[in-house]
Amino acid sequence: MNVLRLLSMHRAVLVAALALAVAVPYLTTSYYVSIATQVMYFGLLAMSIDLLGGYLGLMPLGHAGIMGVAAYVMGYLVSKAHWGWPAAVVAALLVTLVVCLVFGLLAVRTTGIFFVMITMAEGMLVWGLAYRWSSVTGAENGIRGVSRPEFATLYWQYYYLVLGVFIVCALLLTLVVRSPFGLVLKGIRESESRMLTLGYNVTLHKLLAFVLSGLFAGAAGLLYAWYNQFISPSAINITASTEGILMVVLGGPGTLLGPVLGAGAIVFVKNILSMYVTRWPTIMGLIFIAVVLFAQDGILGALRRARVGRSRGESVRSQGDRAWDALELEAESSRSSSA
Amino acid sequence: MGRTGIGSGIVSIVVGLSLLAGACAPPGAPGASQKPSGPLKVGFLAPITGTGAASGNDMINGWKLYWKTNAGNIAGREVQTAYEDTAGDVNTALTKARQFVEQQQVDMIVGPLFANEGLAVADYLKTAGTPGFYPIVSADDLTQRQRVDNVIRVAGWTSSQPHHPLGEWAYDQGYRKVLTICADYAFGQEVCGGFLRTFAGEKGGEVVKQLWDPVGTPDFSSYLSQIPGSGMDAVFALQVGADSVRFVKQWNDFGYKDKIPLIGGEVLLDQSLLRNMGPEAEGLISAGHWAEGRPAKETQDFDEAYLKEYNQLPSYYAAATYSAGLWISQGVQKVNGNTADRKPFLDAVRTTEIDAPLGHLKLDSYGNPIATIYVRRVERRPDGKLWNVPIQTFEGVSQFWNFGPDKFLKQPVYSRDFQGLPEQLKGLGLK
Amino acid sequence: MTLETFGLHLLNGITFGELLFLLASGFTLIFGLMRITNMSHGGLYLVGGYAGLTVLGRTGNFWLALLVAGVGVGLLGLGIERLLLRPVRNRILPEVLVTLGLAFILGDLSLAIWGGDPQTIRIPGALSTSVELFGLTYPAFRLFMVLVGVLTAAGLWALQHRTMLGAIIRAGVDDAQMVDAMGIDIKVVFNRVFALGAALAGLAGLLGGAFLALYPGADSEILLLAVVVVILGGPGSLVGAVVGSLLVGLIDAFATALVPDLLYFTLFAPMVIILAWRPYGLLGRAN
Repeated sequence: MNVLRLLSMHRAVLVAALALAVAVPYLTTSYYVSIATQVMYFGLLAMSIDLLGGYLGLMPLGHAGIMGVAAYVMGYLVSKAHWGWPAAVVAALLVTLVVCLVFGLLAVRTTGIFFVMITMAEGMLVWGLAYRWSSVTGAENGIRGVSRPEFATLYWQYYYLVLGVFIVCALLLTLVVRSPFGLVLKGIRESESRMLTLGYNVTLHKLLAFVLSGLFAGAAGLLYAWYNQFISPSAINITASTEGILMVVLGGPGTLLGPVLGAGAIVFVKNILSMYVTRWPTIMGLIFIAVVLFAQDGILGALRRARVGRSRGESVRSQGDRAWDALELEAESSRSSSA
Repeated sequence: MGRTGIGSGIVSIVVGLSLLAGACAPPGAPGASQKPSGPLKVGFLAPITGTGAASGNDMINGWKLYWKTNAGNIAGREVQTAYEDTAGDVNTALTKARQFVEQQQVDMIVGPLFANEGLAVADYLKTAGTPGFYPIVSADDLTQRQRVDNVIRVAGWTSSQPHHPLGEWAYDQGYRKVLTICADYAFGQEVCGGFLRTFAGEKGGEVVKQLWDPVGTPDFSSYLSQIPGSGMDAVFALQVGADSVRFVKQWNDFGYKDKIPLIGGEVLLDQSLLRNMGPEAEGLISAGHWAEGRPAKETQDFDEAYLKEYNQLPSYYAAATYSAGLWISQGVQKVNGNTADRKPFLDAVRTTEIDAPLGHLKLDSYGNPIATIYVRRVERRPDGKLWNVPIQTFEGVSQFWNFGPDKFLKQPVYSRDFQGLPEQLKGLGLK
Repeated sequence: MTLETFGLHLLNGITFGELLFLLASGFTLIFGLMRITNMSHGGLYLVGGYAGLTVLGRTGNFWLALLVAGVGVGLLGLGIERLLLRPVRNRILPEVLVTLGLAFILGDLSLAIWGGDPQTIRIPGALSTSVELFGLTYPAFRLFMVLVGVLTAAGLWALQHRTMLGAIIRAGVDDAQMVDAMGIDIKVVFNRVFALGAALAGLAGLLGGAFLALYPGADSEILLLAVVVVILGGPGSLVGAVVGSLLVGLIDAFATALVPDLLYFTLFAPMVIILAWRPYGLLGRAN
C-alpha cells in the first residue's frame, strides 16, 4: 500500500490538499505561513530519513549533519565567497554527494544498533567541524547573510519556492520507492540473506540508498539555510537528528506521507505548544515513548487500522510493523549465525 | 493510472503556480500596526530551558522586579511583557522573534542572551523595523561595523569593554608576563583580546602562552597543568557558565589559589555563578560593568529589593535588565508613550542618561553605553553570601576605550587571530 | 613538553578515564548483557548527581549522598525497565527511541526541579586536598576516583565471571528460552541488571558532579563520551570499557594540550574509523 496508490484512490483529497497548500498565504498571517514553510522542509528531511529507516530498515541518527553539509557549503559560498545561488546550490549538492559516499561506505557495513551509532558519530563529526572551524563556519556564531534567490525574498514568495521543491522531491521519492530499486530495498529490509541468495548486490543498493537519502536531506538543508538566512551548529546537532527520527516514527515509517505528518506535529509542538507550555521537552519525550510503546507505525498506521478495522479477522501488517520486524530478523540471524 | 496521475498533477501545479506568481501579494505581511495608546507590548526573549536557563532566569527576574517596584506602567500605558523561551537556540530565537513581531505586534523586543541569537535576531529586526533593546548580548561588532539602526544596547555592554581597563590595571599592579586561559569562542576571544590589547598592545606586557578551551570543558586539568614552568607571573582566565564554576574549583583543587595570581574576566566570577561557589572563590579578582558590592545607593537598594524578592543577590543579567527597564521607561516618557512613531521613540531612547544600579549610563553614537567599569574582589558578606566589591573604578569607559572610534575601528574584531598583541598591531600598521 | 607536564597530562587522562569508566561500565553492562542501548544513561547520571547534591545539602554527609545517588537511581532503573523497556524487549530501535524519549524527560524535569544554575558538589574535607606525587601536586579526589574505578571494575568482573548470577546472565543473553526452561525467571534477572547499570550511572553522577559540575546539558555531553568509550572498547566487554575509557581520557588530556582545535575530531574520528574497520568495536564480539 504505497503513497501514490493511496493518493490516487483519494484523488479529490490530494487535489484539495494541494489547493489548500497553494492558498495558505492568502488565508493567514505571515507567521503561520512561516510555520507551514518549516513543516515542508522538515518534512523533506523526515522523508529522506524514512527512505533509509522505513524502506531500507536502517535508521540513521546523523541526518541533521548531512543536512548541515549542504547548508554550510551553500551558506559559505553565497554569503562569504559571493557566488550566485545556482552555482552555490550545485556545489553544495556535489559536496553532499561526496560526503554521503564516504559516510555511506563506512556505514553500510554495519547493521542495527551499530548503524545507528556510526551514523550518529558521522553526524557529530560534521557538527564538531562546524563548531570548531571558525574561519570557515563562524563556529557557534554561524554564517549570516545567506540570502535567498532574488525571486523568493519575501516570505510568501519563499513559501512557494519551498512548496515547489517539496512537491518535486516528494514525487521523486515516490518514484524511487515504487521503482524496482525501491522494491529491492524493501526486500533487504525483510531479509538481507534472502536477497543475497537471489543474487542482488546488497551493499551497492544500501550505498545508493544512503547517497540518495543524503541528497534529499541536503536539499532540505538548503531550504533551511534560506529560511532563516542563517546557519549555525545548533541546527545540525544530535538533537536535531533525533527530532528527525521522531518525525518519522510519529508519522509512520515506510510511508513517506507519515514523516511529513510527523514533521507537522513536531513543528507544531516546538513553535506553538511551546508558547503555552514551558515543559514542552517533557511532552515531546512522552510523545516519543507513547508512540513507540503503543503506536509503532505512527499516526498513519493508527489511521489505517481505524479505517480497515479488526473485523477482517487478520492483523493488518503495516509497513511500519515490518520495518521493526526486519531489524529483529537481523538481530536473530546474526545471533544464530555466530552460535 | 499512476503515470498520468503524476503527469496531470505536475501540469496543474505548474499552471496554478504561474497564475499565482502574477497575482498580488498576500495580505498577511509583517505587521507595522503599533498603536500610540493602549498597553505597551514588550516581547522578551530569553532562554528558559537549556544551557542558558540560569542566566535567562536572572534576566527575567531583573526585568520583572523593575516593573513591580515601579507601578508597571509608563505615560499612562500599562506595560505587558510576554516571555518566550529561546532554549538557547538561534533558530528558536528567530522563530519567537518573528512571532512577537508578526503575530503579537509588539512595540519592542528585549533580550536575547547569546551572541549568535542576538546577531541573527538583529538581522531580522533590521528588515522588520521593530525596536530591539539588547541589555545582555555583548558581541563587539553589533555596535561597531555591523550595527543596526533600530537595535540598541540599552544598559548593555561589549565583551571587550570591561577588559580594556583591566589590562591596564594588571600592568599597573606589576604583572609583566601573563598566561591566558579563555573559552574558545567569539565571546571568550573578544574578552581576552580586550585584556591583551591594553596589557600587551599598549603597555608592553608579555603573553607567555594563550590557552583556549572549548565551551563545556569538563576537566581543566590539562590546561592547569601547563601553568607551572611557563614563566608567567599571573594568569588571566575567562570561562562561562558551568565552566567558570568548575574552573575556579579546580584552580583551588590544584593548589594554585593564594600561590598564583588569578585575574578573571567578568563572567568568570559573575554573581550568577558566584552564588554556587564556596571558599575557593574568596579573594579572587575580576573586572566588570556590574559590581553588586558597589556601595552607591542605587546598587544597594536594588540588591536589597532583589534579595527580598528572590532570596539571592543579583547577577549582571538581572542588573542589566532592571537598568534597561529604567532606561526604556524614561525613553517612553519622553515621547509621552507614543511608541508608534518609531524614529522619535528611538531618538528619545538614544539620548537618555540614567543612574542605574550598574552605574551612570549614557549611550555613545554607535548604540552602546559609556559605563563605569569596576575592578572587583570577591568578599564574604556578614550573611555568608559571596559578592564582588569594587577595589578600583574607571569612569566613562566606552566600547572603544581611549582609542576613539576611528582608531579602534581600524583594527579587526578580536578573534583567535587578532588578540591585540604588539606584533599583530605592527603587522596591521596600527602601531 | 617537560616530563612534569607529561606526567600531569598522564594523570589527568587516567583520572578522567576513571570517571568515564564508572559511567560507561553501567552503559556497557546493560548493553552487553541485555543488548539495550540506554540513551537515557546521561539523564540518570544527572538525576543521581542532583539527588546526591540535595542529600548532601540537607545532611552534610557525603557517604550518605553517595548511597542515595546509587540506590535511588537504581530503584528508578527498576521502574524504568519494568514499565518502559520490557514491553519493547529485544526490539533494537524501539529500545533506543524509548530511552531517547526518557532522556528528554529526565533532562527537562531535572531543570524544573533543580534549576539551571551549574552546581558542584563539595567533597569531604580529607579528600579535597592535594597530595604530592612524584614531585607533582595533584588533587587527592582524582586519585580517589581511580580507586573507585578499580574497585568497580574488579567487582563487575567478579560478578560476571565468578558468581552464579553472572553465569545466569551470560546464559540468558545467549538463550533466554533455555534459561527460562531451567526454571529461572530471566525477566527478573534482567530487571535487576538494568537497575545495577542505572545505579552505576547515578554514582558516576555524584562523583562527576564533584569534580566537574551538574547543569542542563551535562547529560548529553556525558552520554556522548560514554558512547564513544563503549564503541571504542566494544559494547558488552568489560575489559573493553576499561581500555576505551582510558583511551578516551588520555586522548582528551593530550589533545586538549596539543591540538585543542581538533578536540571533537580526535574523539569522533577514531570512533568512526574503528567502527568501519571492526563494526563491533575493538574488543566486542558479534553475538
